[in-house]
Amino acid sequence: MNLTFTKEHEAFRQEVREWLAANVPSEPLKTFDTEEGFQQHREWEKKLYEGRWGMITWPEEMGGRGADLIQWLIFEEEYYAARAPLRVNQNGIFLLGPTLMEYGTEEQKKKFLTGMATGEDIWCQGWSEPNAGSDMAAIRSKAELSDDGSHYVINGQKTWSTRAVWADWCFGMFRTDPESQRHHGLTFILVPLDLEGITVRPIPQLDGLPGFAEIFFDNVKVPAEYRLGGEGEGWKVAMATAGFERGLMLRSPARFQETAKRLVNLYKENQASADRDPAIREAVLRAYMDAEAYTLTTYQTACRLIKGGKIGAEASTNKIFWSELDQQMHATALSILGARAELQAHAPDAEGVGTWLDGWMFAQSGPIYAGTNEIQRNIIAERMLGMPRK
Amino acid sequence: MREGKREKIMDFTFSEDQLLFQESVHDFLVNEVTPEKIRELWESETGRSPELWAQLAEMGLTGITVPEDFGGLGMQMLDFVLLAQECGYVALPAPLVHTAMVAVPLIVNSKSDSLQQTWLPKIAAGEAVIMVGLEQNVFVEDAHIADLLILEKAGALYSVDPQAATLRANESVDLSRKLFVVEFDEAKAEKIAEGDTAQTLIEAARNGGALGVAAEALGLAQRMVDISVQYTGERKQFGVAIGTFQAVKHHMANIAYRLEYAKAPAARAAYAIDNGQDNISMAVSHVKLAACEAANLAAKNCIQVHGAMGYTWEVDLHIYMKRAWAYANTWGDAAFHKQRVAEYVLADGAKLGAGNTF
Repeated sequence: MNLTFTKEHEAFRQEVREWLAANVPSEPLKTFDTEEGFQQHREWEKKLYEGRWGMITWPEEMGGRGADLIQWLIFEEEYYAARAPLRVNQNGIFLLGPTLMEYGTEEQKKKFLTGMATGEDIWCQGWSEPNAGSDMAAIRSKAELSDDGSHYVINGQKTWSTRAVWADWCFGMFRTDPESQRHHGLTFILVPLDLEGITVRPIPQLDGLPGFAEIFFDNVKVPAEYRLGGEGEGWKVAMATAGFERGLMLRSPARFQETAKRLVNLYKENQASADRDPAIREAVLRAYMDAEAYTLTTYQTACRLIKGGKIGAEASTNKIFWSELDQQMHATALSILGARAELQAHAPDAEGVGTWLDGWMFAQSGPIYAGTNEIQRNIIAERMLGMPRK
Repeated sequence: MREGKREKIMDFTFSEDQLLFQESVHDFLVNEVTPEKIRELWESETGRSPELWAQLAEMGLTGITVPEDFGGLGMQMLDFVLLAQECGYVALPAPLVHTAMVAVPLIVNSKSDSLQQTWLPKIAAGEAVIMVGLEQNVFVEDAHIADLLILEKAGALYSVDPQAATLRANESVDLSRKLFVVEFDEAKAEKIAEGDTAQTLIEAARNGGALGVAAEALGLAQRMVDISVQYTGERKQFGVAIGTFQAVKHHMANIAYRLEYAKAPAARAAYAIDNGQDNISMAVSHVKLAACEAANLAAKNCIQVHGAMGYTWEVDLHIYMKRAWAYANTWGDAAFHKQRVAEYVLADGAKLGAGNTF
């Protein structure tokens, strides 16, 4: 065991830090749940791409740096410490990108990877349907292959599709075999959102902004070459995507370490009033320890993967851990803010409330999206502990 | 070959050798230290088995942290921390973790030639047991079988012949734990350290002891989960195994994810001690809190999924549950460890946030 970074890794950290210091916008961008903010974030992605910082874990020939997982974690640490903008194209570069590299044809890789890397193509996901949420295998939206095999005709509805309102493409799963049941007969298809027959209806989120949407498909003709993987193999391909999502890429520890640090500072600034409730101090310490535990465990997993190990069912524990941590940290911050906690940031007397309320609202989604924490607990019980399914 | 030239890459994994050693110790302990054996020892006079101690010595375990010059294996905390988990897994009724992580390091660090030369070879050979009593713990574990006691009193450390001390036994909820209040006359004992030297040794002993029980707590939690997964897979109600019920599964999953995130902190704390890092007290206190919390949650949820059977003497669960209860408040209670974390986290200029973990 060796818990020190190599000189190369330290030099890499320095390079990231310098680039971010020179390039991160001094004014925070508007949220990408507004049209203006969405475009601002798209431009930021282009800038990252041009500096070759967009998706450093991708191979060099695809615009990445072939970075190892330790470099990835270092990059994220610097990225969050610099308070750089959130990644509007995370669905593309973190989820679909790696899936394409595994299952895509050469033509598909050529066509799609650069676009998602530059921010020109922003992707949204099409998994959930009104009657297929936690029970994803209940998907009913249909894709029928035309007689000449040139295209699919899609009919149905997807929902809870984050960033769909201004996104350019959607990837998702559709039932190509009408006789099939459950996870058989599903196919993974990439759909341009500007096709005739597609209606995107925004759904206002808790904060009132259209962060996600419903997507309706009415006889939408999609070229057959936009199928990813074989027909009927959708479940297998989707599991790879969900694996990436739950795994390392989406929620690197840096994000929570920075929140924990801000929480410690908030506590120290308000210590006199906060200490009237001893539970607050305890919660602040717990936030620090849990963020530290998440970091340590992630590094340990990364090192195991570098040495050729595999992520096992224990990866399902991470989703619960970080989403509960995020809620706990924001709840503690609101307790410290007291009567001002409920104020929106633009209220005239909201000085010092920061972004904790927005963070608190967003933290409510963590235990729900990417597979609810109840589903994660089932997975842990059945696949990690070996408890009986029925 | 090229190893010397290339800088070593960060590696937060245990080596093949360390993992193989863990596996063989696991197999040995699970076979030898069965619940039946533990119950047998509860009925015996000392509660300890000289035969078992001899077996542990034969495997090199009593001398694992004894330097090679004194007949030991010369290993460190990182080599032993996985084995301490295995000791917890069987609720080992023997002071092996204390020996490897508290007593031996204290003697090695004491720089006392006579202590080292007299006792280290005997410890490695399994011919002597030395127990350390800190004021923090109130009680001295296993004083009744110790050949030498090293005791803290008013800021100094003394080596004390147990024959010359008064031992008052105090029964623990865990009948495998043998606790004693020890009274001795410091005028007749040999003072081995005082002042800052003593404080440094005491602090190291506290950290070794806390990391030891934290690692054991990880093993205890795992054992309770294993017992409960098996039980709920067999016990039927409403015509099906109760382990199929989501409420039961979630009790188990809630232990599993807390337990999973207490393991890397244990490795980090051992690494910090071995490398003399400046975050030892925070790292040790973190894992002590996290591991004992996981073990206590395991105790709570595992008795629950056993139903009334969990409340019986007959079912083995309580062997591990009671040890977990005991460990929560020994080698520093939660207040002590939270305070140490607070001192690190709330200090001016504390290194917090992304990029400051290593």
